[in-house]
Amino acid sequence: MIAVIDYDTGNVKNVMKALTYVGLESILTDDADEILSADGVILPGVGSFGPAMDELNKRDLVPVLQEVVQRKIPLLGICLGMQLLFETGYEFGQHQGLGFLPGKIVEIPAKEGLKVPEMGWNQNEVLQPASRFAGVDGKFTYFVHSFYADCPQEIVVAGVQYSTFIPSVVSQGSVVGMQFHPEKSTDAGLDLLKAYKGMVEEYVDTRN
Amino acid sequence: MLAKRIIPCLDVDDGRVKKGINFVNLRDIGDPVEIAAMYQEQGADELVFLDITATNEQRKTMADVIERVSSQVFMPLTVGGGIRSIEDMQTMLRAGADKVSLNSAAVNNPALIQQGAEKFGSQCIVVAIDTWWNEETEQYDVMVKGGREDTGLNAIQWAKVVQKLGAGELLITSMDADGTKNGFDIALYQAMDEVVDVPLIASGGVGKVEDFSEVFQETNVDAGLAASVFHFRELTVDQVKAHLREQKVVVR
Repeated sequence: MIAVIDYDTGNVKNVMKALTYVGLESILTDDADEILSADGVILPGVGSFGPAMDELNKRDLVPVLQEVVQRKIPLLGICLGMQLLFETGYEFGQHQGLGFLPGKIVEIPAKEGLKVPEMGWNQNEVLQPASRFAGVDGKFTYFVHSFYADCPQEIVVAGVQYSTFIPSVVSQGSVVGMQFHPEKSTDAGLDLLKAYKGMVEEYVDTRN
Repeated sequence: MLAKRIIPCLDVDDGRVKKGINFVNLRDIGDPVEIAAMYQEQGADELVFLDITATNEQRKTMADVIERVSSQVFMPLTVGGGIRSIEDMQTMLRAGADKVSLNSAAVNNPALIQQGAEKFGSQCIVVAIDTWWNEETEQYDVMVKGGREDTGLNAIQWAKVVQKLGAGELLITSMDADGTKNGFDIALYQAMDEVVDVPLIASGGVGKVEDFSEVFQETNVDAGLAASVFHFRELTVDQVKAHLREQKVVVR
């Protein structure tokens, strides 16, 4: 069972439908016991950094997510959920993030002829060919965002070219982030969710 | 670089995909889930569902359609037609739509754009503008009610206004080109490029693959939308994309 974190942040049902499609059952929850007993945890998110962190704090979910990382339960952040995994966010002010990954969330720089938000399909370039998510190399995935992760290259599995290089898949230990929407990226996205399923299965094996 | 998007539009009536001329003599084309899955297979980048009857009873049927499609088809889905309130938007987004498209309702009540953008985010709010070139006044006029009523509003000005109110994307249909199969209205999209900063979808007039390369080479639109040519299998999305690749247009 995958726990999808419920913190009132937009439409998460499509993430759950895609999980069902790749054979992962999921529940939407903000309950600490349900989250910590799950085989994997997904932090979805659409919206703005500050209010999203406020909502996690209001529901006392920050220490629960820290415990998830401590126990090495595979944690996948999607879109804003990925951005929250970093140390600091600079969307409408400065906000402290979860700090599971090194780096900060900054605005996509303006460039003549390129629109912000980046909205649409962009082509991934893999920097870590040995990663379980390397299958995304050369594939297009669907992005909707105005901010991106400025982070050390060691954690960048893949990225896309826009007005700057934008990390699209980041990973460190049991923590993974995807800037695009795998649940909206047809086969390329579903394949990444299957790769995450592989992580979940390995975690279940080690736990048992 | 972002790929140019190819978007089939599905006209839905009573839970089925239908197609007629000016919404009369509707022909049943098939089941929305099957057709959406077929388009996904062909490489469509996004789907627009247009509720062509848009009564209150039909809205629930439409929500069911979206619920079913979004369980099988994993790409962005936009729903338009008869969305008049925050509740209507909520119903469609909860059912699995990623964006809602406002047309006549935005003209009647522009505050709805802002309310929707504040509640759901600009990325969810598409404003659809149907327009034609008015020879007398020499401007693009905004049409409503499926192109049956000319509001006299200047479409270029209206595009600026809706962006200020929070529209995250514009879907602009040329009523002059629509149904002609003579290609997109290039002059319209060139005029819109000057004022539009959000993604822009061109619609109306597709008859052949070259119509797509023309609009992408001559204007800065982000996406091209078509209905009949795809429904009646005169063109497939993969044929369009193969042609665009030959023409060095970036597609997925």
